[in-house]
Amino acid sequence: MSRGYFEEFGGRFVPETLMPALDELEEVYLELKDDPKFINKLKSLLADYSGRPTSLYFAEQLTKYYGGAKIYLKREDLNHTGAHKINNTLGQILLAKKMGKKRIIAETGAGQHGVATATVAARFNLDCEIYMGAEDIERQALNVYKMEMLGAEVIPVTSGTQTLKDATNEAIRDWVTNVEDTHYIIGSVVGPHPYPEMVRDFQRIIGDETRKQIQEKEGRLPDYILACVGGGSNAMGIFYPFVEDKEVKLVGIEASGKGIDSGQHAATLTAGRVGVLHGSKSYLLQDDDGQIIPAYSISAGLDYPGVGPEHSYLKSIERVDYQSATDMEAVAAFKLLSEKEGIIPALESSHALSYLEKLAPELDQNQLIVVNLSGRGDKDINNFKKIREAEENE
Amino acid sequence: MNKITAQFEDKKPLVTYISGGDPSLEMTEKLIYKLQAEGVDIIELGIPFSDPLADGPVIQEASQRALKAGTTLKKLIAKINEIQDRVEVPLVLMGYYNSVLNYGEKEFARDISAAGISGVIIPDLPVDEKAELSVHLAEYGISQIMLVTPNTSDQRLKEIIVKSSGFLYCVAHLGTTGDDQQGVYPGLEKYLQRVRKTAGDLPLGLGFGIDGPEKVKKIIDYPDGIIIGSALIKAIQAGNTEAEMLANAGEFVKKIKNAIIEEN
Ligand SMILES: Cc1ncc(COP(=O)(O)O)c(C=O)c1O
Repeated sequence: MSRGYFEEFGGRFVPETLMPALDELEEVYLELKDDPKFINKLKSLLADYSGRPTSLYFAEQLTKYYGGAKIYLKREDLNHTGAHKINNTLGQILLAKKMGKKRIIAETGAGQHGVATATVAARFNLDCEIYMGAEDIERQALNVYKMEMLGAEVIPVTSGTQTLKDATNEAIRDWVTNVEDTHYIIGSVVGPHPYPEMVRDFQRIIGDETRKQIQEKEGRLPDYILACVGGGSNAMGIFYPFVEDKEVKLVGIEASGKGIDSGQHAATLTAGRVGVLHGSKSYLLQDDDGQIIPAYSISAGLDYPGVGPEHSYLKSIERVDYQSATDMEAVAAFKLLSEKEGIIPALESSHALSYLEKLAPELDQNQLIVVNLSGRGDKDINNFKKIREAEENE
Repeated sequence: MNKITAQFEDKKPLVTYISGGDPSLEMTEKLIYKLQAEGVDIIELGIPFSDPLADGPVIQEASQRALKAGTTLKKLIAKINEIQDRVEVPLVLMGYYNSVLNYGEKEFARDISAAGISGVIIPDLPVDEKAELSVHLAEYGISQIMLVTPNTSDQRLKEIIVKSSGFLYCVAHLGTTGDDQQGVYPGLEKYLQRVRKTAGDLPLGLGFGIDGPEKVKKIIDYPDGIIIGSALIKAIQAGNTEAEMLANAGEFVKKIKNAIIEEN
């Protein structure tokens, strides 16, 4: 029987070779998920190794600047390795250990997931190879050094568009070939079942903490939660515990690159059609012939033509409002947060922040917005330097 | 008996794969005539796809060349439709599920049936997925050739074999197409024996990594037929002109056919 569907989205569209591995993963995950020993082990790693809970910070200066709703930032940037990605890699490395795997592979775009994977592989003493598009290797050089420092091998992917989509293809091909001793740590809520569900469960700690923290600070739930959407893991993580709370409006922000009309964007839910990529059925950027259209975004972590199937489902039931932000809007938000709050956000997270410009001034001062600050911007500094030089030359 | 299974009646058929539209649909047409003239028994045509995740570099590149030339599934089916009276061997389309889903599952079955295509292989559509494709293929009498791999459990084997028609595609090792893994297929004999126990009369085709006559001789005892893709494409690509490419295809097929016959 088919499993792992969110209504019509999800499934397992992979070569037969991977079916036993997915079955094994699902079985081990379902077994450990409710096992107190596993839960405690993961909890203590998240606390002492990664530094959780991350804070929910009242951004007073940003709030004043917009003059509307109160703005809180969920500080996933304060995690070890600088983004929410480690919540998932810590969970999956424990599963890999349990399954007795000797080798870890992963795909990465911005390099954040690659660094988070290399980190846990080092900690748990497993061999680690990271597939990364050749173009992204250039855009995110700092993270490449970090992965190498951590003992991982970074394999440049030169096929296709040389970005995250192709890195994912290569990782899947590697897994098909080495499935017996290798675990594939997928970095977002994408891929074949059980990944979308499992990665969401590892990331929901963001939303669970947010819920508790906002109750403590404000005595109520927020009116809005904003998160950027690449594959969709930081967004699923913060949204999921609030899905049943209809009064909390959830907004996912995709990257519209140079604008939807330019054709150079990564706004899958806004401009895509339903199809199958990387093992699941979901919205996709594709042409009339069903060929995947390369995505584009200034931010390597959002530069992906697919999206997690649960997001497609949440869109179809209109529970989440999906919006988009352009490169320029994200860059403006990147500068603004740095200047107003002394926090340099990741370019990915800057897409979510940029939506404040539209939303915050429209709301009353007693309304509450939480933005998931999914990562920090150190990795983007080089990129940003280039942008500034380009602006100055204009 | 269906047209595909019939090819297994009195011999071990050679099934060859080329990517549709690589490097043009005109060349695909010529290659089809050449392959059948040299004795290929079943021809698989790949539907080019931007993200062929079950394929190694050779077929990835073939797919890219086809896309660059503007090949689409519509054009590929139209071409086959146009030449069907001149094609004697059964044709099988092999492609990824997104291409079919995008075309429309019902429309796909209808149009390929009209084009005289006998079978379909979709490597990323496992037996458990809820797809309407099998219903529509059955309606038009088109074989759905399913894949099994050395790590497929006995339980899954049963489910897959029930759904498979034409033949059963036995993937020779864990890996992508064209990966010859230094020529070794550990446990091949046992693997195919295990599959055959469940498969009964359904013929077993063996493919992935069969790279030339030497390998054919080593393995031909075990399956009912063999499938070759990347090695043929490589041979074709070694030609500098169309004439050379066609000649290379012919030479390659001859060598493989001889290897099959010598050992039997
Ligand atoms: C900081 C940060 N935020 C967001 C993303 C996008 O991924 P997702 O949509 O899965 O959260 C990435 C991906 O690399 C990232 O590094």
